[in-house]
Amino acid sequence: MSEPSKKLRVATASLAGCFGCHMSLLDIDERLTELLEHVELDASPLTDQKHVGTCDIGLIEGGLCNADNVHVLRAFRRHCKILVAVGACAVNGGLPAQRNHLDIRDCLQSVYLTGLGVERGFIPNDPELPLPLAQVHPLHDVVKIDYFLPGCPPSADAIWQFLSDLIAGRTPQLGHGLIRYD
Amino acid sequence: MHSADPDLAAAVAAILTHHRHDATRLVQILREVMQQRGYLPPATLTQIASALHLSRAHVEGVAGFYAFFSCHSQGRFRVLFSDNITDQMCGSHELQRRMLDAFRIELGEVSRDGLVSVGRTSCTGLCDQGPALLVNGRAIARLTPARIGALSALIRGGQPVTEWPENLFTIDSHIRRRDRLLSTPLLPGEGIRAAISRGRDATLAEIKRSDLRGRGGAGFATATKWDACQKAPGPTRFVVCNADEGEPGTFKDRELLTHHAQQVIEGMSVAAFVIGAQRGLIYLRGEYPFLIEPLEAVLAARRAQGLLGRAVAGAPDFDFDIELHVGAGAYVCGEESALLESLEGKRGIPRNRPPYPVTHGYQGKPTVVNNVETLLAAAHIAKQGGAWFRSVGTSKSAGTKILSISGDVAHPGTYEFPFGVSMRHILEEAGARDVQAVQVGGPSGVLLASHELERKLAFEDVPSAGAFMVFDRSRDILSVVDNFTRFFAHESCGFCTPCRVGTTLNQQIMGRVVSGHGSRRDVKDLIRVSRLLKTASHCGLGTTASNPITDALAKFRPSFDRRLASMDVLPAFDLDEALAPAREVTARDDAAAHFSEPETTS
Amino acid sequence: MSDAPQTFVLDGEAVEFSPGQSILQAALAGGSYIPSLCYHPEFKPHGSCKVCTVKVNGRAAASCTTPARAGDVVELQSEELQDLRKNLVQFLFTEGNHFCPSCEQSGDCQLQAVGYELGVVSGHYNPLFPTRNVDASHPDVLLDLNRCILCELCVRASSIVDKKDVFALSGRGITKHLVVNAESGRLADTALQLSDKAMSVCPVGAILRKRHGFATPIGQRTFDKQPVSALAIQKAQAKTTDEGTR
Repeated sequence: MSEPSKKLRVATASLAGCFGCHMSLLDIDERLTELLEHVELDASPLTDQKHVGTCDIGLIEGGLCNADNVHVLRAFRRHCKILVAVGACAVNGGLPAQRNHLDIRDCLQSVYLTGLGVERGFIPNDPELPLPLAQVHPLHDVVKIDYFLPGCPPSADAIWQFLSDLIAGRTPQLGHGLIRYD
Repeated sequence: MHSADPDLAAAVAAILTHHRHDATRLVQILREVMQQRGYLPPATLTQIASALHLSRAHVEGVAGFYAFFSCHSQGRFRVLFSDNITDQMCGSHELQRRMLDAFRIELGEVSRDGLVSVGRTSCTGLCDQGPALLVNGRAIARLTPARIGALSALIRGGQPVTEWPENLFTIDSHIRRRDRLLSTPLLPGEGIRAAISRGRDATLAEIKRSDLRGRGGAGFATATKWDACQKAPGPTRFVVCNADEGEPGTFKDRELLTHHAQQVIEGMSVAAFVIGAQRGLIYLRGEYPFLIEPLEAVLAARRAQGLLGRAVAGAPDFDFDIELHVGAGAYVCGEESALLESLEGKRGIPRNRPPYPVTHGYQGKPTVVNNVETLLAAAHIAKQGGAWFRSVGTSKSAGTKILSISGDVAHPGTYEFPFGVSMRHILEEAGARDVQAVQVGGPSGVLLASHELERKLAFEDVPSAGAFMVFDRSRDILSVVDNFTRFFAHESCGFCTPCRVGTTLNQQIMGRVVSGHGSRRDVKDLIRVSRLLKTASHCGLGTTASNPITDALAKFRPSFDRRLASMDVLPAFDLDEALAPAREVTARDDAAAHFSEPETTS
Repeated sequence: MSDAPQTFVLDGEAVEFSPGQSILQAALAGGSYIPSLCYHPEFKPHGSCKVCTVKVNGRAAASCTTPARAGDVVELQSEELQDLRKNLVQFLFTEGNHFCPSCEQSGDCQLQAVGYELGVVSGHYNPLFPTRNVDASHPDVLLDLNRCILCELCVRASSIVDKKDVFALSGRGITKHLVVNAESGRLADTALQLSDKAMSVCPVGAILRKRHGFATPIGQRTFDKQPVSALAIQKAQAKTTDEGTR
């Protein structure tokens, strides 16, 4: 008995990432048309829709480096039945987390006040700007993550394999060559 | 590179000479330098390495292993509060706060003037008279706010600890129940003379007849151990007395070495006679420096009486002498192979076994390592015979067991009970009321709930290496588990992955749960980590490190669940707190600069 | 030579071994891969990483330090043990700062390769993000302790083969760390040279040769070409053949 064929709603977001994972998603090339037979996009940089609605799958690229990242992640968690950490930054903080041994106060001071070439500097304090967290965190430090897809970025083939499995209702299995951390 | 300190260099040279430039004495040498200087400066490590023909990195490795050593400068007065749960229950944390406030420092900090630093250390074995602390290595018990005030004043006065009033350092004795071992007289030499006149094989047969099993926790048959060591090839053998009782809540060896040292050493001599050892070593835990002089005095007296040295007790072929080694704050050294490594002057890392110490022990030679209490029993058995010992206890647990009872009891102290006694009986004698739980055998032992008090003290039911900590219904079991979890993280040697990482993960997760920030995921992770620790760890420290968590989850699950902030997943860190540094430098305090309500996700 | 070879049973299959071989060695030589990190065929195993844990007659043991014994029943691939190994690799990723995308050793890293082999897709636990030293003082060598997994192979190689004792471990528990043999604490002030054995045994990217990181492009590296399991078996069997023909 197959499930009723209804398109799955998928939302995506890039938090403290570089959009590389989104680029890799686009890299599945002509398979995109096949993908779109099974899914419809909700909030995503690809649709420019900002607010996430009720979804089957949420794909999140990037880790958590500021308050806004946390708000977006929590909104995704509330709205998505399945939440996936996509890429190294979402999985373990990635390159942004390499600042974690530094004091964020020193970072801000050095960038905006004392750094080479800074004149009349000040640390931006507009309430519109999200404040950075003391450390960069992977997604699973804050919410429950259902699946992890590592890689920097995960290859198009890995993403395709992963999504094919999810769409078909199978637990994703990435074999040798598709699980990569780099 | 470092400003030369000729005085220190000369003092270190003298210490090295005193220890005959013997690399196996490295831990002893570092202890003495710590006493002289308060820490181990880089140039001193280089000096010691070159004098002992060791690599500097090796010396730094050893210096970094033991909790009482420090490679960074500490306060001239280094105060370490004993951090056992029983200390905590007597208000130790409040007393720490008082002292920290007096010097305007935080835990682990050195005061600006370099005068004082305050930290915590694992159980110092004074649970019957806690809270306790060590100041520059010297133990002070029965702390009260008034005592903390007096200590703070003495520290401010700057007088060396050696000149402080002696009554501050009094250690009380509370032996409350004596059975076979503690009530039967045994004069110096009686045990060894009996063994000599009976002969080696017959003495071993008596030990075998007694069914004596090791009192340190593992319960291995003493006669089997001695026999295997005696039969191991080679001319050189050692007897080691394991006096490193580091299990939190245990202090009975302290009492035995205070009041029955003669008999413990008698037991070592009997063991040496049976296995054919020429040298004995006592490994005394570093928390008991007040026992060093008395023990040395007993050793000297026995030498004077012809009971140590050449031709012991007149036996022409029996030369045997004993050397005292002092530890430096490492629970894992209670594990016999780690203890041997430490005796050899190395990091206390448990060895791979086989081979076992009975064939490849101290310096690779056949070695018997026995607990203080085991040796005490062996001395009596040598005189009284095996049947005398065997006639009490249960079928699988012969003789008596000496317990250290502390916590919520009217009469904390040392008790000797015949094996087979029920928990309820022990609790009644110690004056426990309204019992919620008992931790038998220390954190690595078993946590018993109040419905289990008919169980018996015995290897085959509830074994104990000595600790017996009682918690009444006013106590928070999760705080108890949290304390034990911190203990294991602090004491893991770090050799194997499961213990090194698992004990720390347990500590972090328990910390979250006990402070009311835990979630159901945390409980799942505690179970996952604990299972790995138990299965994959290298030694007993790791395999037992999760016992408090596993027992508490099995017997006190509602205490966990009630404390959880969510049945789902919560952030692993305080989100609002994580914005605090950025708030500080941006001087923002608007709504968006905070996380408001804690939020639960599925 | 006429003696029938001795065997033990590994997941139901007989595995031959020669006296003195560990379970790990015999399994590899027989074509069964057991994941490991602190094991190196040229050094006496010490069993610290525990990734090679198997069950011998029902009891968990590190297979690198457990001698093969005739008739033993060894369990390797059970779900419980696969989960245990995965958990241990996750412990290591949680403990250190392992950012593969920025690591020169990526693709040649055994921790990474074992992670791939075991299907590890995340660290599972909340990462500890420790603050650790990077020592770039040596003209030819970079020491990055963020990636060190404390396997002690460099310690052993420098002591046993190089006779230099350049490395040792200090601290304990989670603060255990590598130290170098110099009062300054700087690698430049030790006797380490590029030709040392200690330079070639690090299973991760903690000890790196400078100016050499990208000589082989990503995608063409050791474990890009084949999984660690195939490579380990090949190596062990080549060694056995080599010894057989000698």
